[in-house]
Amino acid sequence: DQVLHIVPETFQQVQHLQHLCSTLLLDLWKPLQPEDIWAGEDLHIRVPAPLVQEVKDSLAQHMISYKVLIPDVQKLVDQSMPRERSSHRQVPEGYVYTQYHPMEKIYQWMSQIQESNSELVTQHYLGKTIENRTMYYLQISQPSDKTKKIIWMDCGIHAREWISPAFCQWFVKEILQNYKSDPKISRFLQNLDFYVVPVLNIDGYIYSWEKDRLWRKNRSPHMNGTCYGTDLNRNFNSSWGSIGVSYNCSSEIFCGSGPESEPETRAVAQFIERKKNDILCYLTIHSYGQYILTPYGSTTKPPSNSEELMHVAEKAAAALMGKYGTSYEVGPTSLILYSNSGSSRDWAHMIGIPFSYTFELRDNGTHGFVLPPDQIQPTCEETM
Amino acid sequence: AAMELPPSHYSVTRAAALAAGYVCHRLGGPGHGLALRAVRHARRQDIDGVGRKYYLELVLEDIMDNDRTVNCTAEVLYHLGNKNIAPDVQFTIEGELKNTDEADNIFYNRVKSLEKELVAENIPDSHGNVSPEMQPIQLLAWVASGYVIWQNSTENTKFQLAQIKHVKQVKRSDEYLEFDYKILLHEIVSQDIIPWQMTVLWHPQHGVQVTRDSRQPKHASE
Repeated sequence: DQVLHIVPETFQQVQHLQHLCSTLLLDLWKPLQPEDIWAGEDLHIRVPAPLVQEVKDSLAQHMISYKVLIPDVQKLVDQSMPRERSSHRQVPEGYVYTQYHPMEKIYQWMSQIQESNSELVTQHYLGKTIENRTMYYLQISQPSDKTKKIIWMDCGIHAREWISPAFCQWFVKEILQNYKSDPKISRFLQNLDFYVVPVLNIDGYIYSWEKDRLWRKNRSPHMNGTCYGTDLNRNFNSSWGSIGVSYNCSSEIFCGSGPESEPETRAVAQFIERKKNDILCYLTIHSYGQYILTPYGSTTKPPSNSEELMHVAEKAAAALMGKYGTSYEVGPTSLILYSNSGSSRDWAHMIGIPFSYTFELRDNGTHGFVLPPDQIQPTCEETM
Repeated sequence: AAMELPPSHYSVTRAAALAAGYVCHRLGGPGHGLALRAVRHARRQDIDGVGRKYYLELVLEDIMDNDRTVNCTAEVLYHLGNKNIAPDVQFTIEGELKNTDEADNIFYNRVKSLEKELVAENIPDSHGNVSPEMQPIQLLAWVASGYVIWQNSTENTKFQLAQIKHVKQVKRSDEYLEFDYKILLHEIVSQDIIPWQMTVLWHPQHGVQVTRDSRQPKHASE
């Protein structure tokens, strides 16, 4: 296909061009309609390949001169298409962020990310899981002489919520790819550090890959190994064991044998407790439901800074909706979802971290936990 | 008197999910399913000696084309006392549903003409993928699960179809198609994953029917 540039000189030429456009159904790029073709005004027409010769002959016959503006439309289209894999200058070559990855690959990814971005990213030991796997967090921190406040984000506390670790990986990639060019991100990094745990419940995540896709809890053994798993998000020391839990190991919301009974919970709690004076915001990423949840789950009594918490969350939900129109509900868990106790978000707020939120990512239930990979990109982009 | 409730309150969203499941089961098929998009308005009324009634204004979306929505008014009555009676649901739909006669007939003929009974597992697969040939099978399960959800919901539960573990066609001598499904339902309040068996009958002109369904025992955790 070609795009021709013509400047009609006379009324007859205008008429002929209008005739040509309507009979051959040519694609007018400028102006939009044949009626708007005027003598002395620019005309751009896209001519489909099979008609190019016929049109040129007809123009020649009527002494209408033309220039070829675009000799090959398809070639231009191909060139302007983004490549399948976005360029990974600062991130591991070939890592596909729009696919779900097993834990082994995520471990590799963490080391690679640190290696290729050592001026910004450091990988740190957080603790060990019940099956003795190492838990890490990534610290994204721009060197500076001032102490910075911290934003903590953990993903994958519930094994089956695969979109959550996918989001953490995406988040890190976005920051690293854009911190030099995006003024918002570079301003963030001047004043804040990000601490990201890509997968908190590592044993559970692996189990959901290998054995049971819809597994939720960790893999701690109970009752002589006849029953497995504590719900890590019921195991924190925030009104532990009081409501919205089960004391039975066979339940998905089993709160464990006591608050912080699980090594994964202790690893996170001990770290956050130590750093709590510098942590501005605690974020924990889950799915599904499309909610931004504020404290508390254990009581309907609102937190002390409830207004501010809601205000920020509402702005976040609005920004999120601005991207693809996805709507997120905002509010306290105890009113929107159900009562629960021992959640990490409630605990973080109770020890003094002012902004504490649970994000429940896409979708609304149609796919639930098993979100197709083609939704990874839009989910991550809008949440970003 | 009916009390107004914020649409995001959990009691409202649970009643809405139940209503949407019921509506989808009544109107859906392998070519068209409905899902809850939003709750516009909600009221609740306690009726002495009878139960609790929710008056809902919902927006439902077409699963195959989620730019397409319909408005739905629904009334959900949870009965007092005996929790073994399914809630009563009444509804009206405003707006037109997509006509899927052609797609329905293609699917119907495709399955009718199979030499061996259709069999499939894990829809969607772990990564969320569903092959195009299996999409009508998935949608049929979604629609049929609306019946199971309706029959088993209380004010303290919210169910959603999580996955089809196994489906097998059962050949019939009459014009209906029959499928035996083993599905997994996700219950949000307990976070339980509950295996459920359902026998589903379908015919393009006669809609979807669940003729048998039963909760299955969970396998002992490893």
